[in-house]
Amino acid sequence: MASCIHRIEVRYRSDPRLSTRTGRIRSLGFPVQALHLVDVYTIATHSRDFSHEVLSKIAAQLINPVVQEYTIDRPTDFTPFDTAIEVGFLPGVTDNTGMTAKQTIEDYLKIRFLEGEAVFSSRLFFISGDLDPGMLEKFVQSLANPLIHRVHVKSRQEYGKSGMDHVTPFVSLHELPTAEIVNLDLTDADLARLGKEGIMDPVSGLRRGPLALDLAQLHTIREYFRSKGRSPTDVEIESLAQTWSEHCKHTIFASAMDHDVPEGLYKTCIKAATNRIREERGEHDICVSVFSDNSGAIAFDERHLVTHKVETHNSPSALDPFGGALTGIVGVNRDTIGFGLGAKPCINVYGYCVGDPDTEPLLFRGKNRQNPILSPRRILEGVVQGVGVGGNCSGIPTPQGWCYFHERYMGKPLVFAGTVGVLPRTSGGRMLHEKRALPGDHIVMVGGRVGKDGIHGATFSSEALDPASPVTAVQIGDPITQKKFSDVIVKEARDLCLYHSITDNGAGGLSCSVAEMAKECNGCHVFLDKVPLKYPGMAPWEIWISESQERMTLAVPEESLDALMDLMQRRDVEATVIGRFTDTGRCVVECHGHIVMDIELDFLHDGLPKKHLVTTPIIPNFPEPDTACPERLNDLLLSMLGRKNICSKEFIATQYDHTVQGGHVLGPIQGIGRVQASATLTKVVPGSAKGVGLSQAIFPSYSELDPYRMAIAGIDAAIRGLIAIGIPLDAIALLDNFCWCSSDEPSRLWQLKRAAFGCYDGATAFGTPFISGKDSMFNDFSGFDENNNPVKISVPPTLLISSIGIHPDVEKAVSMDAKMEGDHVYVVGRATPGLGGSEYFMHLGSIGNTVPALDIHHAKEIYQRMTGAIMNELVASAFPVAHGGLLIALAKVSIAGNLGMEVSLPEGIRPDYYLFSESPGRFIVTVSHENRDAFERMLGKDAHHFGRVGGSMLKVIAGRTLVDLPVDQMEAAYKAPFRRY
Amino acid sequence: MNPRIPERMGDTGTGNDGATGLIREKALIMSGYGINSEMETGVALLRAGMESDIVHINDLIAGKQQLSEYRLLVFPGGFSYGDDTGAGNAFANRVRNNIWDDLLEFMEGDNLVLGICNGFQILANLGLIPAFDKTYTRDIALMPNTKGVLECRFVTLKPANETLWTKGISYLYCPVSHGEGNFSCSETMLRHLEENHMIAFTYCRDDMSPAGGEYPHNPNGSVADIAAITSLDGKVLGMMPHPERAMEFVNLYDWPKRKEELKRAGKPLPSGSVNMQLFRNIVRYFGE
Repeated sequence: MASCIHRIEVRYRSDPRLSTRTGRIRSLGFPVQALHLVDVYTIATHSRDFSHEVLSKIAAQLINPVVQEYTIDRPTDFTPFDTAIEVGFLPGVTDNTGMTAKQTIEDYLKIRFLEGEAVFSSRLFFISGDLDPGMLEKFVQSLANPLIHRVHVKSRQEYGKSGMDHVTPFVSLHELPTAEIVNLDLTDADLARLGKEGIMDPVSGLRRGPLALDLAQLHTIREYFRSKGRSPTDVEIESLAQTWSEHCKHTIFASAMDHDVPEGLYKTCIKAATNRIREERGEHDICVSVFSDNSGAIAFDERHLVTHKVETHNSPSALDPFGGALTGIVGVNRDTIGFGLGAKPCINVYGYCVGDPDTEPLLFRGKNRQNPILSPRRILEGVVQGVGVGGNCSGIPTPQGWCYFHERYMGKPLVFAGTVGVLPRTSGGRMLHEKRALPGDHIVMVGGRVGKDGIHGATFSSEALDPASPVTAVQIGDPITQKKFSDVIVKEARDLCLYHSITDNGAGGLSCSVAEMAKECNGCHVFLDKVPLKYPGMAPWEIWISESQERMTLAVPEESLDALMDLMQRRDVEATVIGRFTDTGRCVVECHGHIVMDIELDFLHDGLPKKHLVTTPIIPNFPEPDTACPERLNDLLLSMLGRKNICSKEFIATQYDHTVQGGHVLGPIQGIGRVQASATLTKVVPGSAKGVGLSQAIFPSYSELDPYRMAIAGIDAAIRGLIAIGIPLDAIALLDNFCWCSSDEPSRLWQLKRAAFGCYDGATAFGTPFISGKDSMFNDFSGFDENNNPVKISVPPTLLISSIGIHPDVEKAVSMDAKMEGDHVYVVGRATPGLGGSEYFMHLGSIGNTVPALDIHHAKEIYQRMTGAIMNELVASAFPVAHGGLLIALAKVSIAGNLGMEVSLPEGIRPDYYLFSESPGRFIVTVSHENRDAFERMLGKDAHHFGRVGGSMLKVIAGRTLVDLPVDQMEAAYKAPFRRY
Repeated sequence: MNPRIPERMGDTGTGNDGATGLIREKALIMSGYGINSEMETGVALLRAGMESDIVHINDLIAGKQQLSEYRLLVFPGGFSYGDDTGAGNAFANRVRNNIWDDLLEFMEGDNLVLGICNGFQILANLGLIPAFDKTYTRDIALMPNTKGVLECRFVTLKPANETLWTKGISYLYCPVSHGEGNFSCSETMLRHLEENHMIAFTYCRDDMSPAGGEYPHNPNGSVADIAAITSLDGKVLGMMPHPERAMEFVNLYDWPKRKEELKRAGKPLPSGSVNMQLFRNIVRYFGE
């Protein structure tokens, strides 16, 4: 253990962050008068001590003397203050700042820190203000997350002249690094318990955490090992649990369902749709690699492919929103780097479903008010920051995203993170979307080291009670470590042909990545004792399934091993040979000379027993609203513009770098009035006229009413977003992300089946193939309220449809903002009945029952004509009607252009229903007077002319004046809700 | 809303795309440890007529590549070391602790140095800018933005002095994207910068009047709206905004609106953007 400990405390002489921060804290209700921030570096060594002189030089490396000053082993003094609060990390949590400080010291002094030596970063908050103990505790909670942070609080008196204490959060483990034999000759009850609670740890006598293996699976495993005449090791059981998990095998989507889906929903609805579309398209098929790799890929041009993949990271984000979202986005970046032989991540996308940030639900994971959930606002701010840091630090633009609020996300938020990649079709004579590990190739692990991170996911293992044990439930990403290997792999090693295959280490860690690649050559032999660890003392099974971030696994042939290792070393990227790929048909794992796993690959990958799922239909019957249409809709429109699912969330867009890589064409915010667009367009190949358009759509409020139409609405809106910017239908592909709840209940499975049928019908009718997808089936919160009553909150069944399309000529792209006085305003497409699940009905407090339908074949014709109009440059602006309906779309087009409009409605309609109907298939389009005739000829009866652009008011007339609002006033209402974020 | 100034309407800056040939001098674009804008910076230089090599700092340290073979050194944008210990600081330490002598030798020659965003932060931490003397002490700082978060948006920049970098530029219109771009220095230092005509660009409003410290025109709280400065000898430019990210007409935030205006006025669309001129000035410097 470190015996020499020094503290360097750094502060700004005049801290520019303070006024914003103090204002924010006060806005949260804390009566803080003054706030000061100090950054702390705790340097802990045992092999050497640093003199005060050397420490001064080190400090000079860590600060900017122009604006900062430091103290060494002497407490910073801010007089007066009332309380000092220090927030640092718990043992085992990634400390990027500490790591950078350590590297800086090593580089400066040309020394190496040894095992058990480190630099730890922490932050000290000095506050003065009249906070009572309860308020202070709440304030401390707002600064730290008990799952990852350690907090030390001192009053002014306690702080005195000695300041804060020295804390060095080293990990200390006392485990026996051997594999244990697991006895499966148990009663069914004990076997079930093994599956639910995990293997009994022989040292602690406690269960290790859920395997999530059911009885049928455990019987199959027992039979397998009986036939081999031996008992399994813990490594084997843990490995099977990972490989057979819902997360890896998607059992619910793969299993037979009822009598009409014997092949399972995935094959029947998703894959079959793509196969049928590809067949029908023949040589015009845009798909290149679908469902088989880490991402899906379509053709970009004759020389390039683009990939896309969207993932979710829901449970980790519920516990630690920042870390969960950060590891979510950098994780899906690796699905890009791990596509084919490596694609360059070029666009990030995001989507967040959270509870209402203005509420503070009192819910607890444990009884007796233990382990409270985080408030929706904390979750929102954390996930926003996490995805931002991930993309910003990695140099990947994040233009595309959305945020959706519903009370049923309060217990379990959904965090979607996606990445588009670009890669040449060929390099060095190889097709880059194909890869194959060969027998004899070295297994090389590249990137970060392995710790106990993420083992058994978000479970609270008993170890968490020991203060020196590492945090395992949540993890903080290290985007710079990943950026380093991303650059060397995608920009150097790939094109030097230094490896045969690559995949990322995500869920299940090495156990899944190596075993997955082993399929390519039919075998592997791994030496776990070669795997570099963050700290000593890990058991073999932990090393094998650890989900430590920022790692890739490569298959490297003997002849290029030296070149690869040399390159990695020069780029300061850790790379380690941990075994060999073989052709034995077996996955063999060895540790210190003992075989700890030896299972046939066939059994590992295909041995799990099949299931047959049964569904039960549900017929919704919700109250219909019974309010009359108001005389004037001004107030209604302003309230609707301020609804959280409609209003501006620009604060997210501007803190995400959306211009890096130099391809910005249509960004997240458009027009002089700065309105959030529904699609973005980015150039990904310099010099090409083409661009990648992205859009996304979700309608969770439709799912309890009509999951089939919910899916159709999502597909349509995601496609329509791209049509509006000028991307032709036949250049569009889709991705599906199902985030369901309680997927062991037949009625939820019925909703799932209906939504999946909607996916098949929607995709095939539009001719837009699915190229990638993911599902997360149990998004339920189970806990307690403040009075110990059990509470279960399930997310509304949520289907995110993401679209990707190739724009043929970005100079012809169309933005959403109204452009010029005098332009004509059209609504393109026709409304269908029903406002069930609409924002308007939710505003009225009863969601109704009828979700609007869509005639896809007619919509398809309209979209093709819209593309024609845009390609002929007849359209000045186009915007899809979505959440909030027609009037909201009109208002947004008007605000974005900072131009008024005057429109007249057709006769015989109920105005509020007409104006707030979200029926799919429609656009608001503005057209110059010069192009009016040509546009009308092209669109025919599907374009309804209903007004002109002009003035500074939005006026809507239907016999009487329904709306007359200044654009400024609408803009203020649209931007008000998140103005303080 | 401010009306667009007339000269922006008529801007027809065209892409060079190497059409007039490349100059012989080459640029070294530094990479590694989280620098991330090296590729688009290389593309921007090439469009203006200069070739470049992207070189990992470790290859310079190992002597595999030589700085002396280049005439322009670029520290591009990025998030080196994740901004830990202060943006640009850790990368500056890596430079100072390993290739400082080579860099000083490079500075002695008739060479140029450009730092954009994270590159500016690195230059400031190295003291290569403003560099009133050859001791290269740190005189300025790029502190956290007053809003406390990264800010990504288009800004309008006005040249504040006639320098080799600003020649022929009436304005730039390009994105900022940084968490620490809040230019800060002592009042004495500010006076020195002003007296020696070292302020290259300032943030301004759409009508070219000064931002006056007002968000979002001045996006980060920089003193005197400073967006870019040069070294005393003028050969080093550090700037927070990213001209290399908006080299084409369609990269500009307001291009769809401007396209409609140009189209209806019967004018052709420009292929390049105003931001190209900054890189042309580099090429012109070596060409002269």
